[in-house]
Amino acid sequence: MSIARIAKPTITTSVLVSAFMFGLTPAQADEHYVFEAGHTSLQEWLMPEVPYPDNNKPNAERVDLGKMLFFDPRLSGDGNMSCATCHSPLFGWSDGLPTAKGFKSKVLGRASPTVTNSAYNSLQMWDGRKKSLEDQALGPMLSSAEMNVDLSMAINFLKGNSTYVQAFEKAYPGQGIKDETLAMAIASFERTVISNNSPFDRWIKGDKTAMNKQQVNGFKLFVDPEKGNCAVCHSAPNFSDSGFHNIGLKSWGQENPDMGRYAIKPINLMKGAFKTPTLRDITLTAPYFHDGSAMTLSDVMDHYETGGSVQTNLSPNMKKLTLTQTEKADLVEFMKALTSPQKPFVLPILPENAF
Amino acid sequence: MASKNIAAILSLVISTSVMAETVEVGQKDKKFTQDSLDIKVGDTVKFTNNDAFFHNVFSLSDAEMFDLGSYPKGESRDVTFTTPGEVEVECAIHPEMKMTINVQE
Repeated sequence: MSIARIAKPTITTSVLVSAFMFGLTPAQADEHYVFEAGHTSLQEWLMPEVPYPDNNKPNAERVDLGKMLFFDPRLSGDGNMSCATCHSPLFGWSDGLPTAKGFKSKVLGRASPTVTNSAYNSLQMWDGRKKSLEDQALGPMLSSAEMNVDLSMAINFLKGNSTYVQAFEKAYPGQGIKDETLAMAIASFERTVISNNSPFDRWIKGDKTAMNKQQVNGFKLFVDPEKGNCAVCHSAPNFSDSGFHNIGLKSWGQENPDMGRYAIKPINLMKGAFKTPTLRDITLTAPYFHDGSAMTLSDVMDHYETGGSVQTNLSPNMKKLTLTQTEKADLVEFMKALTSPQKPFVLPILPENAF
Repeated sequence: MASKNIAAILSLVISTSVMAETVEVGQKDKKFTQDSLDIKVGDTVKFTNNDAFFHNVFSLSDAEMFDLGSYPKGESRDVTFTTPGEVEVECAIHPEMKMTINVQE
């Protein structure tokens, strides 16, 4: 327990604080893993049950409804964009683009983050401005730069479609078709987009053959603060600390750069800081970084090796890495072990147009 | 008479200052070691990072606004609270880290 009360005269603050500091013996936070398949020291890396809010417990009706809504382009201003336009199962629930394209194909400033395992995020969006999947779901619809839909018209469309009316009534009996139930259904579907069965997961569970020697070595480097230093931010179990860091990308050095989290939390440390993305299913979601500036995982490693191209307001957890070519290759191979086996995705049949 | 008054004031100042406290709150496993804390005006809170990586401490509350920057394991920063009220304290790097400090008269 590191809380202590010390009665003191304020006039002697500095003396007593110094004495207190010298007496301080914080517990060691360093984790010591045993790098053997299934070892108990590694179990914190297994994904827990998918969390959900008390008022939106997932069930089949809610997920099925959310799936239709997620893929329905009629919920966009021009009738040609759905959530899946930028968060497509074809591209690991992202879009394969450096940065997203929105309304009228306007190129936006940030990459489309994957939906995969977003159920575990404590905050949503690159800058964390949304507190939950429910809170986030309608954001792109309302944004004039993205789906650009008049939400009241979208709600009217749903209310005028008998299939949707029935589906909403089954999913949310008596609650009606409204902003809240629309968002809740989409969030329920998004909570089914989960990666938790990768070779890494199987190795953690005890399958010695799930990762090869190179990948196990890559994992060692990944968690070693003196080598990859990756887990300082990409931490267990979802390879994200749900935190915000300025990683010194070249785009940060441009004129009028994206200020990231600072727009939401005006703390100096947050200038140019963005949320740590999960690395699960990482092989499916290139290009990488919030600005899409790294095309491959090797490019990612090259960036981190430099300790950041732009040092201004750099995250204090960033540092220049000393890695051999073999070690960098091992780290890349390890990240490739974070992708779960992919199954064909069955698209929903959308409710018919009713004219 | 004047000297008596001065002595009384001095006595009051000394007794008040003796009551001021420093309270330590740790940052451990990406959590503050206290969810909430009751202190008095004039008390100091020492925020100590016990994690192996950098933390930040800040508050944007009206009662006390501060930003202690970022610092590594084993280091501390102090804040003396001078205004009564409820102060929400967070780590900007790790937004799940939150606590409330109730500063009482």
